[in-house]
Amino acid sequence: MSEEQKPPTTPTPPPPAPAPTSLPVQPTMTRRKFLSWFALGWIAFSAAMAGFLTSIVRFLFPNVLFEPPMTFKAGLPSEYQVGKVDERFKIKYGVWIVRSADGIFALSTVCTHLGCTPNWLDAEKKFKCPCHGSGFRMSGINFEGPAPRPLERFKIELADDGQVLIDKSKSFHQEKGEWSDPLSILKV
Amino acid sequence: MDAFKQFVNNISSPQVLVTLAIIFFFVYLKFVRFFTRTPVFLAMLGLFLAFCGVSLTDEHFRSVVTMPDNVPIVGMIFLIIFFTWLSLRKAVDNDIRMERGEPTFEASESKDKLYTWPHLVYIELLCMIIATIVLVVWAIYLKAPLEAPANPTVSPNPSKAPWYFLGLQEMLVYFDPWIAGVLLPSMIIIGLMAIPYIDRNPKGSGYFSFKERKWIITGFLFGFLILWIFLIILGTFLRGPNWNFFGPYEFWDVHKVVPLVNVNLSELIWVKWLGAGLPKFFLQREIFGLVMLALYFGVMPLVLAKTVFRKLYMEMGMIRYSLFIIFLLVLIALPVKMYLRWMFNLKYIVAVPEYFFNI
Ligand code: FES
Repeated sequence: MSEEQKPPTTPTPPPPAPAPTSLPVQPTMTRRKFLSWFALGWIAFSAAMAGFLTSIVRFLFPNVLFEPPMTFKAGLPSEYQVGKVDERFKIKYGVWIVRSADGIFALSTVCTHLGCTPNWLDAEKKFKCPCHGSGFRMSGINFEGPAPRPLERFKIELADDGQVLIDKSKSFHQEKGEWSDPLSILKV
Repeated sequence: MDAFKQFVNNISSPQVLVTLAIIFFFVYLKFVRFFTRTPVFLAMLGLFLAFCGVSLTDEHFRSVVTMPDNVPIVGMIFLIIFFTWLSLRKAVDNDIRMERGEPTFEASESKDKLYTWPHLVYIELLCMIIATIVLVVWAIYLKAPLEAPANPTVSPNPSKAPWYFLGLQEMLVYFDPWIAGVLLPSMIIIGLMAIPYIDRNPKGSGYFSFKERKWIITGFLFGFLILWIFLIILGTFLRGPNWNFFGPYEFWDVHKVVPLVNVNLSELIWVKWLGAGLPKFFLQREIFGLVMLALYFGVMPLVLAKTVFRKLYMEMGMIRYSLFIIFLLVLIALPVKMYLRWMFNLKYIVAVPEYFFNI
């Protein structure tokens, strides 16, 4: 073993660290400028979204609405027989007119469970909903199936000409004790 | 034959069928090694097919099963049967291998990684083509069951949701729309998303196994097969006019009368048991239901954490355990509420129709 063949044991010195480059490069965009562009961009975007949303919301309110009027006349009280459910106004106005021993009342045809339209089964003397099987008595009281509350009644009174006048804009909820309101039933 | 049909019709009610399904489900998983054997599977499938074949001679059964609306469900039944069997079969195979100390099938098959392209994409392409062909042929031969233009004052009788929602519609029979229509569906979706965060057990990842993941698989399959698929099947084939329940061979009579009168828990307790009138104030009126709810969702998790789920609670920690137990209790609450309705004609445990709050 000669001295020359011995591998060098001294570590090679590390390469010199790169000199700190502190070249004064002028940034094309300063922070302040960037932020103001940023803000402008967001404002523009929000404005566009707001406009977009407004037009969507506007779209929910149709220009023309073919809806039957909320109040209608339903003939003379004498047309209604005790113990019968009148279905003449179901299709057009969504109302059953029932005459019980107490008087005449107008029942909404919207099931209080999820809003299907029940059918009046005359043989069984009940309204039966085809969606989840709720059943209502002729008075509108729920007695079977999942419906949590009775059918709603609408305001009913006599018009000047002696006809029955029904106003769907006012409804009476039994669970809130509103069926004792004189306007919820027409005594005849 | 007629006696058999009569018998099936007579026992066909949601309570009997759901109970039978639950029993079958647990027996099947208890003896899963026996039931997943190929000859046993084929024999059971054969029996089921024979039942369907014979039933098809009945005109009511035929008219319901071949309704264009319902044909997809018929297909779904067979797909579900096949894939449930296949996955459990593979799981049982692996369990046996692992008991012998062998590597799982998936591990012994190949240790190499495969590339998505072409191995996966190729299969997907084929599936896409086949599915398209099937759908086109199906669309040509079975006309879409279109009905008259929609009319808000006429609900078809029975009114059925799209087939994949019939499980939900069945739940709606037992719950308030807010619960069955909003809360439960969102909980199903959130719960499914939460599974990887709640269940961090690495076992069974990348290979099939039943033994290693017995409870989690049982729980999942219970929710999926019984509370979703089975309810869809009931809703599709056995719910008829007025949402009454009909046997498979029964004529869908619009005037079938089924006594379904039901009462709220508050009426049951205050009026029937205590012989008093209903209190006016709703908090007092519903106090029993509210206490029951508090016990079920408040006290029960604590008790379980101290007893049955003691180990689980240690492993999971407070937050994950709470999430897990809430989802589990809601899952169990569904059949519980159904049984309460069937046994006690119970409508709502808490009924506050004044504020649209009914449970
Ligand atoms: S909508 Fe009438 S019972 Fe559900």
